[in-house]
Amino acid sequence: MAAQARVRPPVEVTGAQSLVLALESVGVDTVFGIPGGAILPAYDPLLDSVKVRHILVRHEQGAGHAAEGYAAATGRVGVCLATSGPGATNLVTAIADAYMDSIPIVAITGQVASAAIGTDAFQEADIRGITFPITKHNYLVTKAADIARVVAEAFHLASTGRPGPVLVDISKDALQSRTTFVWPPVFDLPGYRPVTRPHHKQIREAARLIAAAKAPVLYVGGGVVRAGAAAELARFVELTQIPVVTTLMARGALPDSHPLHLGMPGMHGSVAAVTALQKSDLLITLGARFDDRVTGQLSSFAPGAKVIHADIDPAEIGKNRVAQVPIVGDCKAVIVDLTDEVGRDIDAGKGGDYADWRAQTTGWKKSFPVGYATPEDADSVAPQAVIEAIGRIAGPEATYVAGVGQHQMWAAQFVRYERPNAWLNSGGLGTMGYAVPAAMGAKVAEPDRVVWAIDGDGCFQMTNQELATCVINNIPIKVAVINNSSLGMVRQWQSLFYNQRYSNTDLHTSVGRRIPDFVKLAEAYGCVGLRCERPEDVEATIRKAMEINDVPVVVDFVVHRDAMVWPMVPAGVSNDAIQVAKDTAPQWDRDEAESIEVAEIRSDAEAVDPTGQTEQTS
Amino acid sequence: MSKHTLSVLVENKPGVLARIASLFARRGFNIDSLAVGPTEHSDISRMTVVVDVDALPLEQVTKQLNKLIEVLKVVELDATSSVQRQILLVKVRADSVTRGQVLEMVQMFRAKVVDVATDALTIEATGSTDKLHAFLDVLEPFGVKELVQSGLVAIGRGGRSITDRSLRTA
Repeated sequence: MAAQARVRPPVEVTGAQSLVLALESVGVDTVFGIPGGAILPAYDPLLDSVKVRHILVRHEQGAGHAAEGYAAATGRVGVCLATSGPGATNLVTAIADAYMDSIPIVAITGQVASAAIGTDAFQEADIRGITFPITKHNYLVTKAADIARVVAEAFHLASTGRPGPVLVDISKDALQSRTTFVWPPVFDLPGYRPVTRPHHKQIREAARLIAAAKAPVLYVGGGVVRAGAAAELARFVELTQIPVVTTLMARGALPDSHPLHLGMPGMHGSVAAVTALQKSDLLITLGARFDDRVTGQLSSFAPGAKVIHADIDPAEIGKNRVAQVPIVGDCKAVIVDLTDEVGRDIDAGKGGDYADWRAQTTGWKKSFPVGYATPEDADSVAPQAVIEAIGRIAGPEATYVAGVGQHQMWAAQFVRYERPNAWLNSGGLGTMGYAVPAAMGAKVAEPDRVVWAIDGDGCFQMTNQELATCVINNIPIKVAVINNSSLGMVRQWQSLFYNQRYSNTDLHTSVGRRIPDFVKLAEAYGCVGLRCERPEDVEATIRKAMEINDVPVVVDFVVHRDAMVWPMVPAGVSNDAIQVAKDTAPQWDRDEAESIEVAEIRSDAEAVDPTGQTEQTS
Repeated sequence: MSKHTLSVLVENKPGVLARIASLFARRGFNIDSLAVGPTEHSDISRMTVVVDVDALPLEQVTKQLNKLIEVLKVVELDATSSVQRQILLVKVRADSVTRGQVLEMVQMFRAKVVDVATDALTIEATGSTDKLHAFLDVLEPFGVKELVQSGLVAIGRGGRSITDRSLRTA
């Protein structure tokens, strides 16, 4: 690592000072955290650090998501700091989230003194044991002399190979005792040798399949964003003219304005993207992992396709879908090598011809654009229109951070993403409450960008305490609460699959009562609170929010509560059963219908695999 | 489902066993037996894990194990090209009438008696899983009072060592 090249003369310090010096030396500029008993020694030298800015959050989960937002916006490692016991366990959701979405963060927690470990001491929790399954690696440090080395290892592990969270738990006595700080520390991880360069034989084989394919699709996942390979992807698409789909985690990896971009695949994907995958004869899978939300019923996913699967994590290849050509490597290196190899074939007159397929897929894109119906009640606001307008007004240079649920899907569908890292969301874990703290982290990392949290009324109530952090630390994010007075996605499922029996999804945040009143809440925190309840005010309200840049703004967009996310592939069925609206299959013209064999649209009761109904939605 | 024997070389650090056990539990893999011990290198431990999985999940097991930072190497040892042994200690009911018959079985299986009481014999036996099953079957009629078995340990046949290379790269 470059940061480690900065050699420092050895100094006699406490373990706590060693920790702060190590963070400085590895290049950390921001830490999100909350002090407490066991981590207290570390907070003393932190007060003197001029290189590390500590941002005091209001809940450790907020610190974790802020570290994620910081990392996801920039690719740099995010850092959060908490005390032992409840401080550490409050980080767990964010750590699990970072693990699922491959976000490089380092979580540092205090632990009770090493002599007290195992005695059920005050605020003791085995956070290392708790986080075994949700970290890339974790440490328990009980000697001051190990702190600098472990910090160096943690940053190396978090940021290389497949990125992910690393937890460093440090006992209080290790922070208090004395040691010699030496930088850079020597470390050796004999069991960690991530393969980043793809094997040439596999690249050649991939190029052969690409040349032979008639209906290839680039199935692009979050790995391309994490690898910083958007420019390389664009060149590859230009060269090959192969249609592209970008998953929820990859929105922005190829500009949405690109004519060959078919949209997002999956449960709420575009008809063009979903159908292109289904009808494809070759999936060129780059940094994606055949998640169940993309594939639907796995056995009927892209049944006629061969699979090229490139991923930096060998365990992803073949996990859900057998790959004819597995490629282990960093996505950037893979795409560069593929570009060279396919380029040679094209120069030799042996490139593939996908003109018919291109016409067909881009035709679907024109015939079935992702859209929405305006509410029958002309006075109520369509949530999709709000999100679309935010995207239009804030533009492609802004950063958009969503919570989880309907608003998240609409934000993925109706904001046009033109650059990688413009879209942050909790894809794998589906963590409600991600948006506000992650937006805070993104804004700290890139203060010059406009950062919009697009949140739901349910999500917002899980983590809005971080508005206090934003106000006090001058982090002027903008929050659009898409307020349908409900746990909207769950309500949608209840509408579709549970006979409109709305069990425990009414939040009373706008219909009938406003508990709480989000405008008053925003004002109580020292933010500007705005409310928009009429379609004609949407644009002006957003523009007003855009003008306020000295404090956070919260806009309560009171929207129509019966709006649903379409298209939709019900859980557990084939992606061929995609519906563009309730009980409505896409209307294919006759030729297409014959080639597509759209599955029969079944009635609500039959449409869902009973096992799929119990899946958590939000 | 079929049984596979994996030799897993790991860094000898606290918590490694918990990490591996947690991985198996989380990914839904069944462990049939597990044996852990030091190797000829003080900083490397060796685990022998017998898993009951099909070929495709086995590949996932191996890949997931390899993802653990402290795992140095995972090698599958098949029964034909490796020596696989388990040890068992069994306390069998044996009085003056049956003792002779039990001792005959002990001799036939090349086991040995390690403790004698008036009403019981404690026997130590080593061998492949199949041999030990067969031994237990013949002891069963006398009455097994207590039984303890180790996990399987296994080593490849021939002159090559699986620890050589992992140490060199370390």
